[in-house]
Amino acid sequence: MRRRLSLAGLLAAPMLWLVVAYLGALAVIFATAFWSTDPFTNQVVRTFTLDNFHSLLSDPTYLRIIARTLLIAATVTVACALIAIPFAFFMAKVAPRRIRGLLIALVLVPLWASYLVKAYAWRTMLGPGGVLDATVGATPGYGLTALVITLTYLWLPFMILPVYAGLERLPDSHLEASADLGAGNWTTFRRVVLPAIKPSIAAGTIFTFSLSLGDYIAVQIVGGNLQVLGTAVLQNITLDLPFAAALGTTSALIMVIYLLAVRRTGALENL
Amino acid sequence: MRRTTFARAVALSAVTALALSGCGGTTTTTAGTTGGFVPPPLKPLAKLGAPEGSVNVLAWPGYVEDGSNDKTVDWVTDWEKTSGCKVNIKTFGTSDEAVQLMRTGQYDTVSASGDATLRLIAGGDVEPVNTALITNYPDIFDALKNKPWNSVNGVVYGIPHGRGANLLMYRTDKVKPAPDSWSAVFGGAAAHKGAVTAYDSPIYIADAALYLMKTQPGLGIKNPYALDAKQLAAAVALLKAQKANVGEYWSDYLKAVQAFKAGSTVVGTTWQVIANLAQSEKAPVAVTLPKEGATGWSDTWMVSAKSPHKTCAYKFIDHMVSPKVNAQVAEYFGEAPANRKSCALTVDKNHCAVFHANDEAFFSKIYYWNTPIPQCLDGRTNVRCTDYAQWTKAWTSIRNS
Repeated sequence: MRRRLSLAGLLAAPMLWLVVAYLGALAVIFATAFWSTDPFTNQVVRTFTLDNFHSLLSDPTYLRIIARTLLIAATVTVACALIAIPFAFFMAKVAPRRIRGLLIALVLVPLWASYLVKAYAWRTMLGPGGVLDATVGATPGYGLTALVITLTYLWLPFMILPVYAGLERLPDSHLEASADLGAGNWTTFRRVVLPAIKPSIAAGTIFTFSLSLGDYIAVQIVGGNLQVLGTAVLQNITLDLPFAAALGTTSALIMVIYLLAVRRTGALENL
Repeated sequence: MRRTTFARAVALSAVTALALSGCGGTTTTTAGTTGGFVPPPLKPLAKLGAPEGSVNVLAWPGYVEDGSNDKTVDWVTDWEKTSGCKVNIKTFGTSDEAVQLMRTGQYDTVSASGDATLRLIAGGDVEPVNTALITNYPDIFDALKNKPWNSVNGVVYGIPHGRGANLLMYRTDKVKPAPDSWSAVFGGAAAHKGAVTAYDSPIYIADAALYLMKTQPGLGIKNPYALDAKQLAAAVALLKAQKANVGEYWSDYLKAVQAFKAGSTVVGTTWQVIANLAQSEKAPVAVTLPKEGATGWSDTWMVSAKSPHKTCAYKFIDHMVSPKVNAQVAEYFGEAPANRKSCALTVDKNHCAVFHANDEAFFSKIYYWNTPIPQCLDGRTNVRCTDYAQWTKAWTSIRNS
């Protein structure tokens, strides 16, 4: 009995935090999405309506924004995976054990710098007269390409770390056995390594995908006149809060669907 | 497994309870959308009490400077010592943001433009001001007092602060010859494709409407804030065409300064203070008032109805419109002062002449930011005009197109 009490005492604070601050906020967003605004004062009118979801689904501009945001999130995720897998493989299997710690530290270092500093650094690099312009002679300018580059840079460590952890768990003997049985490097990678780290990759994509889906700051800094879900929420927050909440609900819904899909790969146990 | 089910049940019931308590709140009253609406019955402050120790100010960038942006630009620090009111400054980038922040009830006073004032009054967020408590009120230009955007039925809600025009800024090294028309950002914007900027707020539709008013008289626009459905559609079409040439929209003035300095933006609408900052950072920029005239602002200081620091708020407003400080703000922000005695106190003795402080003929060409309402502001009665909600939707569709 006493053990139960102390356990309850221990869990009370985090549970309160989770339920009130975390789920409570989500619930309020969800509830707000069913209200409307006064057209003159922009104040929230608390009467139930489905108008927000109706205009969201019937207006092609918002469907385009959702599609654009999904495309960006998917591109960033694929780019992160393509860079992270060889890098993590090198760290876990090729590099001498004593420099592994150093490599991990190098991957983590950018995380210590502020998000804003990194995004503004890319703004300067991609701008006219920036590093790219001065060395290559051309720059994609602010827009979709600049955004994908910046987000890929920002979220890369979140992909490298789980993939590295997955490769660490893969015994070297498996690679040797595969080689002994006559498989080439590519076959070994495709039939031994990839299946083993699939859950780790899926775990990494949860970070890169969800962070890209919700981002609205990097878009404003390097996205030019690009509009994504996050900036559409921001734009509506001052003018039409319930509609902003409906947009927010959409991105939460997309994430839930994504998580359910990822759960089937068993990746949630790899986080 | 059973334990997880239990935890889920607890979480679910808590969420439901929260959602229900949210839904059960009082319904907000809907203010009428007519020009002659009845504001909530609020009384102005009768007399000043003891200073409460602090005042939370919501202001346009450049209005309230305490030396934190530029050590030489400070008209707050000394006043804090003598008044007994510590000033906490929060700046905003658009009127919509100001309305949203003011609604939180955390701010005591706000420098509101004409496209925010009526929303704040109708929402009961601000209360009437007792002009007898503002010692500098008699010195304010009469042309600024008792206007439709700072008073309702003769009841004063705001103390005039200053007025000015939205200008056209351009990089002198990239935009040649120097533009003298808004066509630089509309009809002729393609010349600087990807390097044009525009202000990121529904009120910017008025800039397009003003341009159409001068260039397409057939549309019959008489006032850029009084647009019927057909006129609004024309303005929206113009802005959608403009978007193809826009590199970035701005509402953060510091970002606008940076974009012009770096050269990623070379032409677009701006405020004088942005031009001043860019020039102080050695960016080759210049501003002009285009021949079509311009949209502009006539700002007033308003007092929050929920303010616990009203004495400090009144003292602060009185300080802001006092001759010396009003002169400093007017020069720093680049606008015409509201206090007629300020004209003798500016560093540049020509400031009031350059900014047309007492030139009503000039300001008749400037269309101050105003809230569009269904009753056409230009006096037409045979048609319904589009209101701000429609402008908001239109702006969203432009930005998302």
